[in-house]
Amino acid sequence: MLDKNGIAKRIAKELKDGYFVNLGIGIPTLVANYIPKGIEVEFQSENGVLGMGPFPFEGEEDPDIINAGKQTITTMPGASFFDSATSFSMIRGQHVDLTILGAMEVSDNGDIANWKIPGKMVKGMGGAMDLVASAENIIVAMMHTNKAGVSKLLSKCSLPLTGVHCVKKIVTNLAMLEITSRGFKLLERAPGVSVDEIKNATEGKLSIEGDIPEMNIS
Amino acid sequence: MIRKTVSSVSEALSDVKDHMTLMLGGFGLCGIPENAIAELVKMNIQGVTCISNNAGVDDFGLGLLLQKKQIKKMISSYVGENDEFERQMLSGELEVELIPQGTLAERCRAAQAGFPAIYTPAGYGTEVAEGKETREFNGKMYVLEHAFEADFAFVKAWKGDEAGNLIFKGTARNFNPCMCGAAKITVAEVEELVPAGTLNPDHIHIPGIFVQRIFKGNNFEKRIEQRTVRKR
Repeated sequence: MLDKNGIAKRIAKELKDGYFVNLGIGIPTLVANYIPKGIEVEFQSENGVLGMGPFPFEGEEDPDIINAGKQTITTMPGASFFDSATSFSMIRGQHVDLTILGAMEVSDNGDIANWKIPGKMVKGMGGAMDLVASAENIIVAMMHTNKAGVSKLLSKCSLPLTGVHCVKKIVTNLAMLEITSRGFKLLERAPGVSVDEIKNATEGKLSIEGDIPEMNIS
Repeated sequence: MIRKTVSSVSEALSDVKDHMTLMLGGFGLCGIPENAIAELVKMNIQGVTCISNNAGVDDFGLGLLLQKKQIKKMISSYVGENDEFERQMLSGELEVELIPQGTLAERCRAAQAGFPAIYTPAGYGTEVAEGKETREFNGKMYVLEHAFEADFAFVKAWKGDEAGNLIFKGTARNFNPCMCGAAKITVAEVEELVPAGTLNPDHIHIPGIFVQRIFKGNNFEKRIEQRTVRKR
């Protein structure tokens, strides 16, 4: 089974040289720590920066340079700043190659719910609806089940949707799956996890073809 | 040269009235029009609708207007980090319209650019699209979203000149340029106000035509919401 860093490590292997990537908050943010050697990627933050770097050294924080999580950041050589309309032009116009985000639920046709729980304080969707409606390649990073042990991979999302038919891949603590016309196609098992465990934790339609390899996250 | 300078924030905001619709630039507490917000509190303007990506924190940014219950309605994309906001929203005192961040930016830009509405894929198939016109283009579905109509836009820039030309710094740019010229009157507050001819025309982010009033802001606090650092 993977922990949050393990999920991030596996997703990082999906990065390709030259990719522009938008990372959501939570597990997706950790992906930046595991960029494979020998490739160059640039991180976009939707508040208006491309070429985001690590957090600043203490004493070097600049209140005018933050990421979409409102954290102080630095920039890499080649970085640029821009306004919010330009930022979402990059996203809607599909200039950003990969979006990695968290989710509360994903359905076997690629719908995603990650912004609102009825009855709880709603903070808003931020840029999530623009990102999921536009990105060509969306990977969801999340736990396979919620804290009560209920599957988050469903035949139909129960929570208000963020977007429809948009998720491409999902990496959970148990598995990597792809959304296909036949539902969640199981691609890889997390280390030490059996196909049966994944079956039991998946409420939506699961498609299993042949031997399912164990993922390599080294 | 057409001069846009006013002597003070109170002169710039002198004709703001109760129940108006106001646009305010900024992302979180980054690049917010601190002087205009303080003046709105001082003037005790009531019942306003605020178009702003966020709603500040309890004791800064738009949180200052919320504390005094001056806001009737917020149109935002994300409103966490504010307990008073939550209280007023749950009690029904405050009306809230949550819209996707890119849609917020583009509805400002549409108002600025003279488009009555735009089609966006954001929110299609979700409750955001309920009751709205949708249309298919090249096999993909889009939602019709209308340009905002606002009385004032309050923006914050780094440098500006007497002609109202603006230059922004870092990610403090965010929604500010999108809101310039998107309301009937745009008021810009700047950290540094210079004579016309000082700024290189090639470096201007927003031409002065989009700005009606400009003044040098005072005492910018530039509060950091999430101070994150790494060890040396």
